[in-house]
Amino acid sequence: MQENLINLSYLISAVLFIIGLKMMNSPKTARRGNFYSAFGMLIAICAALFEKGVVSYQFIIIGLVIGSAIGAFLAATVKMTQMPQMVGLLNGYGGLASTLVGIAEYARLYPNLSIYDTVTILSTIIIGAITFSGSVTAYGKLEGIVSGQPITYPLQKTLNLLQFFVIVCGSIFLVLHPENCIWFSVVVLVSFILGILLVLPIGGADMPVVVCLLNSYSGMAGCAAGFVLSNYCLIITGALVGASGIILTQIMCKAMNRSMTNVMFGAFGKVEAGSADKRQVTVQGYTPDDAVVVLESASLVIIVPGYGMAVAQAQNNTRELADLLEKKGAVVKYAIHPVAGRMPGHMNILLAEANVPYEKLYEMNDINSEFERADVALVIGANDVTNPAAKNNSKSPIYGMPILEVEKAKTVIFLKRSMAPGFAGIENELFLLPKTMMLFGDAKDTVVKLVNLLK
Amino acid sequence: MTFGEILIAVYIFVLAVFVGFEVISKVPPTLHTPLMSGSNAISGITVVGALIASGKNDMNLTTILGCLAIVFATINVVGGYAVTDRMLKMFKKK
Repeated sequence: MQENLINLSYLISAVLFIIGLKMMNSPKTARRGNFYSAFGMLIAICAALFEKGVVSYQFIIIGLVIGSAIGAFLAATVKMTQMPQMVGLLNGYGGLASTLVGIAEYARLYPNLSIYDTVTILSTIIIGAITFSGSVTAYGKLEGIVSGQPITYPLQKTLNLLQFFVIVCGSIFLVLHPENCIWFSVVVLVSFILGILLVLPIGGADMPVVVCLLNSYSGMAGCAAGFVLSNYCLIITGALVGASGIILTQIMCKAMNRSMTNVMFGAFGKVEAGSADKRQVTVQGYTPDDAVVVLESASLVIIVPGYGMAVAQAQNNTRELADLLEKKGAVVKYAIHPVAGRMPGHMNILLAEANVPYEKLYEMNDINSEFERADVALVIGANDVTNPAAKNNSKSPIYGMPILEVEKAKTVIFLKRSMAPGFAGIENELFLLPKTMMLFGDAKDTVVKLVNLLK
Repeated sequence: MTFGEILIAVYIFVLAVFVGFEVISKVPPTLHTPLMSGSNAISGITVVGALIASGKNDMNLTTILGCLAIVFATINVVGGYAVTDRMLKMFKKK
């Protein structure tokens, strides 16, 4: 009877998770959806407390209190620009928790493990450990603790393959001899190391894809733990998260026109930066006064924000500029490229924080046809995502990447710190067009100047 | 686990993957960051496994590892949901 009630509760929480995710399809319902999902988690946790093996509560209470305090603290203090690191770190913790569950289960069943037990426990541990150490490395790269440059060294691929080989062979051996603690430890340890070494050669610019992929892995690790414990709730939710991570990974790869293999094993940034075209060009700089003249007479202004805007902390000033332009009768829209921030949808969050209404944010495919009608395309802290070379220069490293077609606007106002090329290390021919006005300097300073002049 | 029971688990897994793809692909790009942190929180469901592992009566390696797992999974759950709520609160209409 009790067992049936517990299983029924798990079913209810799984349904709540799915409904919660479904309500994420609109900003209007998303917050309530998140609440439903959290409620589902509460039900699952309560149900687990009534499982028949659970008789002692002191460790549980200690764990729950410490975890909740740390989690609440992290969530309340994290800056919106640090969101990729936060998600990366949380992914890692999820992965580590799954690994620990796997090891605990191994210790509990030792030495009488069936083939099924060994296979599922090893899957949980291997996926979970790679998720954890990979996420921590990605966190380090995003936070600047580890160099954002792709780190490469001789025999890198051979070494990674060797580790993979050790994990596979060790696992096969353990299926036949599950009581061998030494091999078990070796597999656990090598999995942790492999996670670090797989992420090290990936450049900082590609971390969004890595975080998405690790998000998927953390789901898969939970799913594997579900197979270990024969818990359907874990299997369902793990599969949902796994699917979500994979979808986002695909979206990111498509937005950069790169295959997943290329992101994971390409060490892209390192090779291309050296071969960049270093010809000398002189670009005429304009002053904010010149730009204001154009902005004042504009009836449709499309703002193209990039991560440079967030780095300069110019979101609020940009919104102020947009408000002023709207007061003067202009229509202002924001064009958001899928890789505008450091993770999918990151730019939307940064703008939402600056009180930009979400209806004014347009996706690339929806806004590209509107640039023709736009009087001004105002590019703030973005570069590669506007570079026409992606369309017309087959030699360019970003060739084939979908871009925001700002070159179709009547005037392009480009706010840029200096003439340094963007992430991909390539020149942007937009700078040379007669209709482009380059405003050099810190994005925030320039936007403030524009705001003051417009007032 | 008998073969039949394993098969049922696999059934559920496969169907859940399809549901996941169906539901997630309808989420607009504007909400992709909250989607990631929210689904991240859901992946903290491992806490259920951790609870079962650490609730045993006697203190041994299993309960200690289970307790550690609870800490990390709870950070994942509480942090994930709280930060998602913080972000979604910011989404406003005109």
